Amino acid sequence: MPIAIAVFPFGVSFGLLARSVGMGRVAPIVMSATTFAGSAQFAVASILDAGGTAAAAILAAVLLNVRYAPISISVGDLFGGAAPKRLVQSQLIVDESWALASRGGGRFDRNVLLGAGLLLYPSWVAGTTLGVFGAGVLGNPSRLGLDAAFPALFLALLLPQLRGRRALAAAVVAAAIALALVPVVPAGIPIVAASAACLVGWRPR
Amino acid sequence: MSRVWLAVVLVGAATVVLKAAGPVLLGGRELPARVRALVGLLAPALLAALVVTNTLASGRHVVVDARLAGVTAAAVSLRLRAPILVAVAVAAAVTAAIRAV
Repeated sequence: MPIAIAVFPFGVSFGLLARSVGMGRVAPIVMSATTFAGSAQFAVASILDAGGTAAAAILAAVLLNVRYAPISISVGDLFGGAAPKRLVQSQLIVDESWALASRGGGRFDRNVLLGAGLLLYPSWVAGTTLGVFGAGVLGNPSRLGLDAAFPALFLALLLPQLRGRRALAAAVVAAAIALALVPVVPAGIPIVAASAACLVGWRPR
Repeated sequence: MSRVWLAVVLVGAATVVLKAAGPVLLGGRELPARVRALVGLLAPALLAALVVTNTLASGRHVVVDARLAGVTAAAVSLRLRAPILVAVAVAAAVTAAIRAV
């Protein structure tokens, strides 16, 4: 329950930021209702804001969400019933619901996973809606420092992931690749190219 | 279709498929360990790239401006165990304050 309350202001901030970068009113709400994955949505908004192409934004967001393949596979055995039902229920998997449902040793609590997802989803969509319609009241986002809110949020999402040398190395190499490419290629591409940094984890047989 | 809607539709569709991968397609089977290790590093790599580009890039230029102070302040707050929302608010407030003077 507290986590659903915590997600609400994030939904609001996504709505605010998406609106301020020119995504309009309807698109951010539709995105929260269909994508329902914060970091990828923020990535799309920030890349489009920086003048990146749709392709760069899509590629970066999809790569960010590739983690949902192993995440959903890790809880795959909890889902029963017909395939359409499993498809709908699987959309309730988000980082937070998955983390809450973890019981250690690769085991997960199905009720917690689905229950948390059911609380988080309306909270995220309602927050986005409020942010989108409240954006006009706030005025120029850059005067309010909202452009620094993006990287601060990404940093906050990054820090808990830096457990272990490989994750740290991947992050440092990715940051270096991205920064080196900024002057050379269009916005968004440096972020996609930085995904190659995950190869620091490659172990030859 | 505008680039905004293109991104909304395709990212949404891809995410639905990725989230459904386990429950619908693979059942209880697991990815090979070597692939899983790489996939696990995608998120930290991409998030780090998003941090530096959103802090230091302005179009095709690398610039140091008020954003860096804001993000540094956020990093300090996070280190002091501030909740994420507080750290994000600190980043915005510090950046706005520097621009105001």
